[in-house]
Amino acid sequence: MSTTLTLTTEEQAMLDGEHGPAVAMCMRIIVGVARANGAEKLIEIESAHADGTLYHGEAGLDFTEKLVELGGKVKVKTTTNVGSLDLLHPNLVHGDETLMSHGRRLMDAHIALGCEPTWSCAPYQAGHRPAFGSHVAWAESNAIAFVNSVLGARSDRYGDFLDLSAAVTGRVPFGGLHHDAARKAVLVLDFSEIDSRVFSEDAAWAALGVILGNRAGTRVAAMVGLPGDLSDGGVTEDRLKGMGATSASAGGVGLFHVVGVTPEAPTLEAIVAPNAEYLKMTTADVREARDTLSTTSSEKLDAVSLGTPHFSVDEFRALAEVIGDGPKFAENIDFYISTSRDVMARSKDLGYLDVFLAAGGRVVTDTCTYVTPVLNRDVKNVMTNSGKWAWYAPGNLGIDTVLGSLSECVASARAGKVVRDESLWS
Amino acid sequence: MVVIMAKVLTGKISHPGVAEGEVLLLTEPVSFWGGVDHHGEIIDVHHAQHKAKMTNKILVMPSGRGSSSATAVLAELIRTGDGPLAIVMLQCDTILVIGALVSAEIYDISLPIVELEQAEYDQLTDGMRVSVDARSDQEVATITI
Repeated sequence: MSTTLTLTTEEQAMLDGEHGPAVAMCMRIIVGVARANGAEKLIEIESAHADGTLYHGEAGLDFTEKLVELGGKVKVKTTTNVGSLDLLHPNLVHGDETLMSHGRRLMDAHIALGCEPTWSCAPYQAGHRPAFGSHVAWAESNAIAFVNSVLGARSDRYGDFLDLSAAVTGRVPFGGLHHDAARKAVLVLDFSEIDSRVFSEDAAWAALGVILGNRAGTRVAAMVGLPGDLSDGGVTEDRLKGMGATSASAGGVGLFHVVGVTPEAPTLEAIVAPNAEYLKMTTADVREARDTLSTTSSEKLDAVSLGTPHFSVDEFRALAEVIGDGPKFAENIDFYISTSRDVMARSKDLGYLDVFLAAGGRVVTDTCTYVTPVLNRDVKNVMTNSGKWAWYAPGNLGIDTVLGSLSECVASARAGKVVRDESLWS
Repeated sequence: MVVIMAKVLTGKISHPGVAEGEVLLLTEPVSFWGGVDHHGEIIDVHHAQHKAKMTNKILVMPSGRGSSSATAVLAELIRTGDGPLAIVMLQCDTILVIGALVSAEIYDISLPIVELEQAEYDQLTDGMRVSVDARSDQEVATITI
């Protein structure tokens, strides 16, 4: 009936406790999952990205601290996702005492296990870029979509506990997106009839993420008729980052292909599965998807939040160009950017950061404005160019969102109210 | 004289354990993250069994749904004793298996998860008392109804 799992001699020794109790415990979890899923074997991974850094409750803390107590260490390069605190700017987050102290302990426990203190949901733009075709165990939905789709490395959709178990054993069950066959597109979304001007603004890519997530669910889709070039100095990479993140929020997308752009899809033929479903998309579909990311049509604005997933150096450069020598942000607007400490340091060296700070902006590192209390309590309407932020913030924070382009966000922050340029979307 | 014969269903052990209790049959999957509160109540307003409580029940549902953070929510429910006694599904959800595996490791509580074929699954009804035997030394899980 079911397939049997075969372990190598080394894996069996790990399970038997010969590599210590922490490895044995993690191996029991990996093997338990492999058996439940009917995997035939485990495979070695080259890196991991751990997502259990954000405090959700005691179980996560108990698990991570138990691994530390048992002497656990990660076996492969392991970066950390955002935590509940901004360790560099501790006064920015104003959560309750338990959240703060447990959140801190959880972050400390990850460091004790040998994880790198990346504290970023975009580790791929903070120095962690697995090679094409390599097997990895990444958690955090946007990072999974990026590492699979844009880098062409292979990760299944991992989450809390399994990510660290994989990091400590260096193994995952051989299943899901680690298999060639599971990486073929069973859905084709055709955008070729849409005027390419629509795709010139980043916010349109957030809308594409909603379309992808809604239409694909957890299936692998191929998108045709989209412009882009991955050697364009970060423009396309950041758009794919935003689109993938939104699709993994609106749906459960772990891998997508953009034909002619992403590495596994030089042509549609290279990546399409037999009998794939085919859908032709229109400008109206993009506009409708965009509208789901704005929950208010009010002009009133309290804050602007960018950087979900974390802002890149290229995005800081683009922002600095838009800000230029122009006026400062209005007094009534809090302008936040969430990013990694690595990107913040590099953007400072390049001079981009100071342009933003001089205009009155604030930077949040190590965490993100939609997962932990950063925004002032009286903030009601927030503008963002991030589809993922717009998707989650109304539920998480009880605020209203307005999706806009980078230039609309800056113009609105200066005007102290929502400024839109509808000509972009006609 | 009426003799009531107990019936035994067999299925696949997705996570070992034993349990006995009343069935809470869900007609659609529920997401533990965002769909179930920390008292074990279904808070997803779109769910057909909204407000049903799974605490100390044998939770029967077609499959799992939603975010991978469901692992942490299930582990937390098991830790506090607000969770179900067992989970029976048509299609096993890895995310929930991880929650059970972790709880067994850190709290020494082994929540059985059993996967059933459709014909067997269809014999379970809401409110019926069942006993689930999915001890790890067995080839298959049995559910006595």
